[in-house]
Amino acid sequence: MSPPDAILLSLAIPLAGAALIALAHRRPNLREAVTLVTSGLMFLTVASLVPEVMAGGRPEATLIEMLPGLPLRFEVEPLGMMFGLLASGLWIVTSVYSIGYMRANDEAHQTRYYVCFAVALASTIGVAFAGNMMTLFVFYEALTLSTYPLVAHKGTDEAMRGGRTYLGLLLFTSIGLQLLGILWTWRIAGTLDFTVGGILAGKASGPVVGILLLLYVYGIGKAALMPFHRWLPAAMVAPTPVSALLHAVAVVKVGVFTVMKVVVYIFGIDLLAATGHGVWLTYIAAATLLSASLVALTQDNLKARLAYSTISQLAYVVLGAALANPWGVIGGSMHIAMHAMGKITLFFCAGAIYTATHKTEVSQMTGLGRIMPFTFGAFLIGSLSIIGLPPLGGAWGKWYLMLGAAEGEQLIMIAVLMISSLLNVAYLIPIVARGFFLPSPEPQPASAGAAAAPRGGIREAPMFCVVPLCLTALGCLALFFFADPIYRLLEPIAAP
Amino acid sequence: MIAAHLPALQIVLPLAAAPLCLLLRRGTLAWALALAASWAALVCAALLLRQVLISGPISYELGSWAAPWGIEYRVDAVNGFVLLIVAAVGAVILPYARTSVAHELPEEQHATFYTAFLLCLTGLLGVTITGDAFNLFVFLEISSLSSYVLIALGRDRRALTAAFQYLVMGTIGATFIVIGVGLLYMATGTLNMMDLAERLPPLAGNRTVLVAFAFLTVGTGLKLALFPLHFWLPNAYAYAPSVVTGFLAATATKVSVYVLLRFFFTVFGVGYSFEVLSVGKLLIPLAAIAILVCSTVAIFQNDVKRMLAYSSIAQIGYMIMGIGFATTTGLTAGILHLFNHAMMKGGLFLALGCVFLRVGSVRLEALHGLGKRMPLTMFSFVLGGLSLVGVPLTVGFISKWYLVQAALERDDWILAVVVLVGSLLALVYVWRVVEAAYFKPAPEGAAKVEEAPLSMLIPTWVLIGASIYFGIDTSLTVGVARQAAAQLIGGAS
Repeated sequence: MSPPDAILLSLAIPLAGAALIALAHRRPNLREAVTLVTSGLMFLTVASLVPEVMAGGRPEATLIEMLPGLPLRFEVEPLGMMFGLLASGLWIVTSVYSIGYMRANDEAHQTRYYVCFAVALASTIGVAFAGNMMTLFVFYEALTLSTYPLVAHKGTDEAMRGGRTYLGLLLFTSIGLQLLGILWTWRIAGTLDFTVGGILAGKASGPVVGILLLLYVYGIGKAALMPFHRWLPAAMVAPTPVSALLHAVAVVKVGVFTVMKVVVYIFGIDLLAATGHGVWLTYIAAATLLSASLVALTQDNLKARLAYSTISQLAYVVLGAALANPWGVIGGSMHIAMHAMGKITLFFCAGAIYTATHKTEVSQMTGLGRIMPFTFGAFLIGSLSIIGLPPLGGAWGKWYLMLGAAEGEQLIMIAVLMISSLLNVAYLIPIVARGFFLPSPEPQPASAGAAAAPRGGIREAPMFCVVPLCLTALGCLALFFFADPIYRLLEPIAAP
Repeated sequence: MIAAHLPALQIVLPLAAAPLCLLLRRGTLAWALALAASWAALVCAALLLRQVLISGPISYELGSWAAPWGIEYRVDAVNGFVLLIVAAVGAVILPYARTSVAHELPEEQHATFYTAFLLCLTGLLGVTITGDAFNLFVFLEISSLSSYVLIALGRDRRALTAAFQYLVMGTIGATFIVIGVGLLYMATGTLNMMDLAERLPPLAGNRTVLVAFAFLTVGTGLKLALFPLHFWLPNAYAYAPSVVTGFLAATATKVSVYVLLRFFFTVFGVGYSFEVLSVGKLLIPLAAIAILVCSTVAIFQNDVKRMLAYSSIAQIGYMIMGIGFATTTGLTAGILHLFNHAMMKGGLFLALGCVFLRVGSVRLEALHGLGKRMPLTMFSFVLGGLSLVGVPLTVGFISKWYLVQAALERDDWILAVVVLVGSLLALVYVWRVVEAAYFKPAPEGAAKVEEAPLSMLIPTWVLIGASIYFGIDTSLTVGVARQAAAQLIGGAS
């Protein structure tokens, strides 16, 4: 399989999978088998590109010339490679988890759910591999639209409201601001290709750079910079696997990934550093970072708390990009992967808790740790990774970000990162502590009479749910020890 | 031999078929004849456009009377493209018409319907192809009179008042146009457009020409539902039979926009229209208001057909804005949107026709739960709606791309933002339908609804498919639109 074929195949496989899933809607077992096979195949196809990219190659493929000078073109560079691997790899785990979750909770419209999931993954890969801003935008919008049915899945008034906020904010920012930025870029640069060193260097200067940067960072609503972050908590009405893969990995990471791409390949970090426009962006990111953490402290609903935590963690990546130096870019990019692994674990745990006990509020989770030790153990590992403690993957992202801040002589940002870590401790660790150390308030047997488990017994969620979350928790651990390949993969994007 | 007479055949075939339809009396036979005529017209239009793109404008002297005295048919890239749009929409809609008309009109009116339909098609093609200003008025009247009939055929009694309202407004518009043409004749002594184009420049300061320009602008503005002159349109579209709404929305206003283009750029010349009189300063604000106000009004409509009618007025605003810029990019955007909007709005109205066939209503409440019960129809509506919004990979995106580019070329930020805000407003009204169809449960005890028949689904999907296809592969549409724009800007030649 030649690399260009692999690129197109990794888009075609999930789309074909979506069609097959739709066809198999009367036979749930076959349908789920299709999902699993599709995700496996897709991961292998994406992974087959790694050697070439590691060796410094930039495989590309052109689909069609959409407008004169603006083809739908794909080019795999290190950042996209990492993101593609991450999204397609975690899709496999999430598919397994979805099966457990959706069946245990007896959700309706499961075929629509799996179809949209596959289309969303195809869009994510399209974004990851996009060779120009136009292609990226196309798939960015496709992702918004294909995830809407997942958010509004339940069809209740609350889900519809959430869906409306989701779609409204994401499309408003992308059409109202981002598209304007793209059109303006096209007008002054005459190209939208992602080019090493940026395409705006020498073409734009002074306030134009600032305004464009503003249009982009706020236009990329998926990066959830305040005040355009409301869609993310709203999206939490979705079933938990959706929140896990899409709103901790695919969708939000597409947002920060796009910010990264724009900063590195459209503006060029040198241009940002030279014009000094990166500086105010670091302050915007820092403000989001801290305030979202503070809001997370106040949330009792577990998923809402995780959502605000995500908003805060996304701002880390934006901060890395805004620092506009190699360490910052590498730190931000690494944080995409590290946070993804940690946050998906936490969401899996939240879903497992809901499946096993139907509890959604943190205050109800007292004593649950002893009933669900695997889930809470994984939650602890995920939390520690998010906080950034070794020996867990999250430590590396923060490490490089701090290096970047030091390099940029923005000592205040180092302080911000430290404070944020403390806040992370404050809103994540009590959940685990409450689970393990506080006694369970209710006498157990009352709930189900004779069938109830004996006191102290283990009642975990279905295997399909527990195994994936243990895997991702182990993944957090593995990422700490095997961060080197990622670093080597990413190195070229920061080097001039 | 036949190839040489293509321009005449383009008009004569549907014109001759129309009275035959009436004579046939039987609905099915009339339909078959109309179908054949419309497909023949499509073939003619395609061949003509091909010829024009290869070897330049075609001039045809009707009855061999030499040009300034006889009637000249003249096809260049601009009207070749419009001819293709009109003929293609006609040819796609007629297969659809049979089931829909059989459902919505009483048996004895079928033959009349097809007669009027063909006359309307003839009129629209005639307006487009002719190179003679008075002949243009004649064809305009043919198309208008037949469309009053078509609208009045609507089952709802309100169709009669809608048709009457349109009749009054349309007649005022036509009268203004004929007064304008008369004044031009008075000042120059000719009715041939090419001839007019040569004789008008020396008369730039002439008051008669100025008045003629004003009459023509207002008259055409009425016909194309330019913003403050649009009041006839929502009712006419809402109460006409489904087929008629689809056909008129996709063609009638487009042809009127073409007439405006022709007069501004070819007859009066871009210098006179846009530099001496700066008509752009009138058109652009009106277009911007149309986009904002009518999109907003559309949000509050509960009759989906009416909602789309208001959306049409807003979309016409996009075309007029592009024309008002009077730059190559702007004109390209306007002409592109002519085609693009025809595809998506035609498709949307046809999808609504399918809904009406099965459910008997197109009010928002009637659409609840239809996403599951009529999946193909509603999905085509979603795709068409996304195109209205201007999501990438749809034609709407391409139009907007060029239009915003044109605005940015003039460093006009406000208009760029207006266009994008228009998209977002479109999102709101489209999404009300999507939510109703997919996320609201079907009402209790609703009758079982099945998917629309293939004869209606296929035409709907052809138009919707085109609005996706030409959003991805734009070489044909953008190529032709650019060429047409260059021709119009380049002057009369």
